[in-house]
Amino acid sequence: MREQILTFLEKNSKIDLGELAILLGSSEAVIANEVAQMEKEQVICGYHTLIDWEKTSSEKITALIEVRVTPQRGQGFDSIAERIYNYPEVQSVYLISGAYDLLVILQGKTLREVSSFVSDKLSTLDTVLSTATHFILKKYKDYGTIMGKKSKDERMLVTP
Amino acid sequence: MRNPLSKKVMSIEPSGIRKFFDIANEMEDVVSLGVGEPDFDTPWHVRDEGIYSLEKGRTFYTSNSGLKELRIEISKYLKRRCNLDYDPIKETLVTVGGSEGIDIALRAMLDPGDEVLIPQPCYVSYLPCVVLADGVPVTIELKEENEFRLTKEELLEKITDKTKMLILPFPNNPTGAVMRREDLEAIAEVVIEHDLYVLSDEIYSELTYEGDHVSIASLPGMWERTLTINGFSKSYAMTGWRLGYICGPREIVSQMTKIHQFAIMCAPTTSQYAAVEAMRNGDEDVRMMREAYNQRRRYLMHAFKEMGLKCFEPFGAFYVFPSIKEFGLSSDEFAMRLLEEEHVAVVPGTAFGECGEGFLRISYAYSIDDLKVALERMGRFIKRLKAQQEK
Repeated sequence: MREQILTFLEKNSKIDLGELAILLGSSEAVIANEVAQMEKEQVICGYHTLIDWEKTSSEKITALIEVRVTPQRGQGFDSIAERIYNYPEVQSVYLISGAYDLLVILQGKTLREVSSFVSDKLSTLDTVLSTATHFILKKYKDYGTIMGKKSKDERMLVTP
Repeated sequence: MRNPLSKKVMSIEPSGIRKFFDIANEMEDVVSLGVGEPDFDTPWHVRDEGIYSLEKGRTFYTSNSGLKELRIEISKYLKRRCNLDYDPIKETLVTVGGSEGIDIALRAMLDPGDEVLIPQPCYVSYLPCVVLADGVPVTIELKEENEFRLTKEELLEKITDKTKMLILPFPNNPTGAVMRREDLEAIAEVVIEHDLYVLSDEIYSELTYEGDHVSIASLPGMWERTLTINGFSKSYAMTGWRLGYICGPREIVSQMTKIHQFAIMCAPTTSQYAAVEAMRNGDEDVRMMREAYNQRRRYLMHAFKEMGLKCFEPFGAFYVFPSIKEFGLSSDEFAMRLLEEEHVAVVPGTAFGECGEGFLRISYAYSIDDLKVALERMGRFIKRLKAQQEK
């Protein structure tokens, strides 16, 4: 049941819980209870909105920054990750297997803002060995959603 | 000039669905609940395999019976999902949709005058295909009180010494009815006793929402007297690829292959390569789509209850078959007014046989958002009808 609820909420956090109860053959009280429980347990960590910022007038630029670091004795990568994720402009921080250690996703207003974050804040951290910054030029698909594409029903209206 | 047309073909009525299609097509802002095909796109990995086969230049005929690797996958699939044993080489034939299977099975098995039992309401093509194969269609009217299952008594009543075959279309289009194991066992008993054959159209087998689908050929004594039709259209959302298959005893399959060879040559090659991928790696897609259909089914049943539309709960395919008898309109009138007044297209039950009078076929092969719009309009229409009745 939990997994089914989460599958729906992940795609549409605004879904009416009464409606969800009908779809899953359950009652609204049971679903609401389960959702509340999952919020409490931090299974559900937040509700966000997927926005195509390109369609707005606000300027935003997103960068993926590969960061190589020296892990610290007794703390591994956790403490350096924390120093990075505490910056509010940092959207995501992942520990990555492979050629580098942390992937940092950063959102800024301008190129200059992003580059100054990298040179002034990120690179100057003691444990950071190197960084490589990639700017996103276009988002085709984000969080499983194809941006700006509305599918049209092309089937014939009535078929046997 | 003489009449170019045969009496046989002229005796066949065109499908009753056509009329609604023509009218709905001319209207703007029509919301349809009238389609008989999935709303999902074919899973991407399957489409990709089709594209890849074109890139590789696999654009030739396959063997008449179909790609060997596909037939092997079909045979494995039927074992895995339906507990059926068919030899991939001699007992499996890949066809152009399930529809071709229906046609060639009847043509291979019927002599003029042989009677074929057709439970109705049912898919529109059985009856004309029997006529075209020189058989005599004999309909059995299924009843709402039995949830549109075929009973032993109904079957016995229509058997004569000319009866050769029974067509068994479950899960059913248009009613959504399914036959449980015990229902099939009762039918099998009669079939064996009267030495009949069964053409079991199981195209909706993967869309069964309570308990697993049972194939009649898996029951004792039935394999040798059953042809099993299935395909990719409904389970893998591949209607446009036109690909199905028919399996049965080798004596029958080899004769059907003869007709298929001369009339069709082979099923589309691109589709066959895509279908191999579907059968190898598509179980999860099928599961996901089934779950989505089941959610919509619950949603629709709930909405009907709210608007006061009587409907037995169907557990198969993607149709519900509500009764509109209380409104004093024929199925045709109801569907026409719903289309004209609220621009919602549904199919009157009578398109699937006379005993469909008093019912509508509503498809739930639509997203919840689309269903919501259509149901709102339907609810408004029914409210109006009820208000008019009270006056």
